[in-house]
Amino acid sequence: MPITLRARGWVLLMALLCLTACHRDMQPVAFHDEGYPPKLSDWHVVEARDGVLQLNQGVVPYELNTPLFTDYAHKLRTIWMPKGVSAHYSPTDTFDFPVGTIISKTFFYPLPKSEARNATDVARTYDTSRDFAAPGQGLKLANVHMIETRLLVRRKDGWVAIPYVWNADQSDALLARTGDVQALTLVSDDGGHENFNYVVPDQSQCASCHARDWTTRALQPIGPKARHLNRDYRYADGDENQLVHLLRVGYLTGAPAPAAAPRNANWSDTHASLDARARAYLDINCGHCHNPRGAANTTGLTLDIDTPEDRHIGICKPPTAAGQGTGDHLFDIVPGHPDDSIVPYRLGSAEPGTMMPEIGRSTVHKEGLALIKAWIAVQSGDCMVLH
Amino acid sequence: MRTICTLVALSCLLAACSHQENAAQSQNDASFESKLQQQLLDAKPGSVIDIPAGRYVLKRGLSLRTNGVTLRGAGMDKTVLSFKGQIVGPEGLLVNADDFTIENLAIEDTMGDALKINQGRNITIHGVRIEWTDGPKSTNGAYGLYPVKTQNVLVEDSVVIGASDAGIYVGQSNNIVVRRNRAEQNVAGIEIENSVNADVYDNIATKNTGGILVFNMPNLSQAGHATRVFHNKVFDNNTANFAKKGAAVASVPAGSGVVVNSNDKVEIFDNDIADNQTANVIISSYFSTNYYNKLGVAADYNPYPKGIYVYSNRFKGGGNAPDGLKLKTLKAAVYGINGSFPDVLWDGYVDSKEQVPPNDRICVQDASGVLNADGPHGYKNPSTDAKPFQCSLPKLPPVTLNPEPKV
Repeated sequence: MPITLRARGWVLLMALLCLTACHRDMQPVAFHDEGYPPKLSDWHVVEARDGVLQLNQGVVPYELNTPLFTDYAHKLRTIWMPKGVSAHYSPTDTFDFPVGTIISKTFFYPLPKSEARNATDVARTYDTSRDFAAPGQGLKLANVHMIETRLLVRRKDGWVAIPYVWNADQSDALLARTGDVQALTLVSDDGGHENFNYVVPDQSQCASCHARDWTTRALQPIGPKARHLNRDYRYADGDENQLVHLLRVGYLTGAPAPAAAPRNANWSDTHASLDARARAYLDINCGHCHNPRGAANTTGLTLDIDTPEDRHIGICKPPTAAGQGTGDHLFDIVPGHPDDSIVPYRLGSAEPGTMMPEIGRSTVHKEGLALIKAWIAVQSGDCMVLH
Repeated sequence: MRTICTLVALSCLLAACSHQENAAQSQNDASFESKLQQQLLDAKPGSVIDIPAGRYVLKRGLSLRTNGVTLRGAGMDKTVLSFKGQIVGPEGLLVNADDFTIENLAIEDTMGDALKINQGRNITIHGVRIEWTDGPKSTNGAYGLYPVKTQNVLVEDSVVIGASDAGIYVGQSNNIVVRRNRAEQNVAGIEIENSVNADVYDNIATKNTGGILVFNMPNLSQAGHATRVFHNKVFDNNTANFAKKGAAVASVPAGSGVVVNSNDKVEIFDNDIADNQTANVIISSYFSTNYYNKLGVAADYNPYPKGIYVYSNRFKGGGNAPDGLKLKTLKAAVYGINGSFPDVLWDGYVDSKEQVPPNDRICVQDASGVLNADGPHGYKNPSTDAKPFQCSLPKLPPVTLNPEPKV
């Protein structure tokens, strides 16, 4: 018995040593203040080494309360900053990050449980238990299919988005400014298959979502806002609130205690109210364009978290420029009638020109769609037409 | 057992069909596409991207976000960007930039809008053809040429065919010239919406559902006013409405020549308007669209067309076969089975809260007549009295583009 315990202790120690050693093997994170380095590994933020997508020293992973849907892909998000600088907290907007900040987002899928690895089949699952090498660590490459890693780099003149696509042997990701299209198949636990085109946006399309204001056209990260980050993360040394953690490691200043910071619901948390879940879902999936300054301010439809629940969020609102995207429906949201409403119709489409969001997915997010329909179904009100 | 086999076969078939990447794109086309994307990414202010003659099949929507770029083809029938089988949209080309010029090329068969320019100043579209090549279909993309929230815009010498909403649509913009274009087989040929200071002249609008529309929609960033529609040829716009319900233009009856809806200060003169079977000119309020409801429309929205001046047009035919049972019944009741609506049809909604100030009147000269359809009372008491419309309004100044376009 003691031997077993001691052995387990050794294994843990060795694992920790290995991880530290791995960091030591990685060159320090390299902030490139101009140009587009040809390989993801040129940045030394995340690197495929020894069967793990390793996070370098100082690279902090994070999650969002409710994430953007991207064809059921799983995502590993990280943040890194040079020594001696930090981001400033904002209760509403993206934190004010210093020059030198590198944010990474790696899109990957777990492999289907029932199949050997192949070039196209990936799992459609919300289960992340096989993704990570260890809590707070990087991804276990034997269990996942890496697709792309997008960097948002805060340079002197502003944020720059740089897309990288993982190579066939999953050893590194290569610069892909014009994006990519990959034919993949989603495999469900029950064996269901769905073919789709996974689309890596081109560099210009990054602004479709990340330019929150289409007059200034400046890019901004979307996720690192208080309401999205205010939740726990399973770090190597235990669970901790992400705002508290970022404060503690010196990446953030000015944040209040988590209880005093805004917090979006987790869209899939059935303990949260339907309204909070739906609004969190619309906020992250639609609010980057459908806000008063964004690309979709041409439509009069706003879907970010601050929008009042009236015509601004689409209740009985006639569409402006939906074209064939109306699906023969008269109003964005008809209270109590999700099947007569344009918003769920467009969420339920995967046709370019009809679907919403306009880019970033090729499949329908069935569970997200069901949530929005349920939210509309319990609304009351009447879009009675005046003559 | 047979059922299972059928199901399996069916699901295989469905799976195969959903592999859209199998639609043909040659190696040449693929490398053209990525080269053009790269050129758009690398463009600097002053860059001219020349696209040689040729027909190119593109799978992915393009976008441009750099000011001062010119995109130029070898001619609207020589350089063709075809998006048939497009897998990523929504547009053919999306532009978010100032000082943008596009000329002498064609964009065909986009899944969504063909060319959208969202927020930008000094926009020139010259000699561009937009076409959905299967003809009018409700699954065609919504808008052909679509500048929105733009300032100082010129759309000229272009052709748009088959848009399931509006062929040429300028929305929420200021200082606009739309001239010498041809709009055919769209739901709306040319539409100016929520825009200020627009001159629309020397265009041909034919075989659309509605030829030239000047609209104001609710809930948007600005209300439109001051549009001059003159010296256009607007004829035979009798194509059945193929917009999906809910779209603003879905309310336009087939056979509409020039339509003003809820917009103010619109001057319609010196046009040749002929053979539009509902009416050569329609003046209407938002009430007639069947979308007006209290919850969904901003309280400060003005649904009435005010200050509309129709004069010196050359009318011929039209009004003889209106679209929809209500209008057919109305026509038969007032003019008989073989009669026709006069040149101008007005739905009859007025802002009853106020005495109509002189400059807010609807003034019609040189037309065969005006029918006040009495929309507020379900067409019960239509009036053919033309006297209330015998008036004139101050004329609008011409639109001057500043700076002048380079083309």
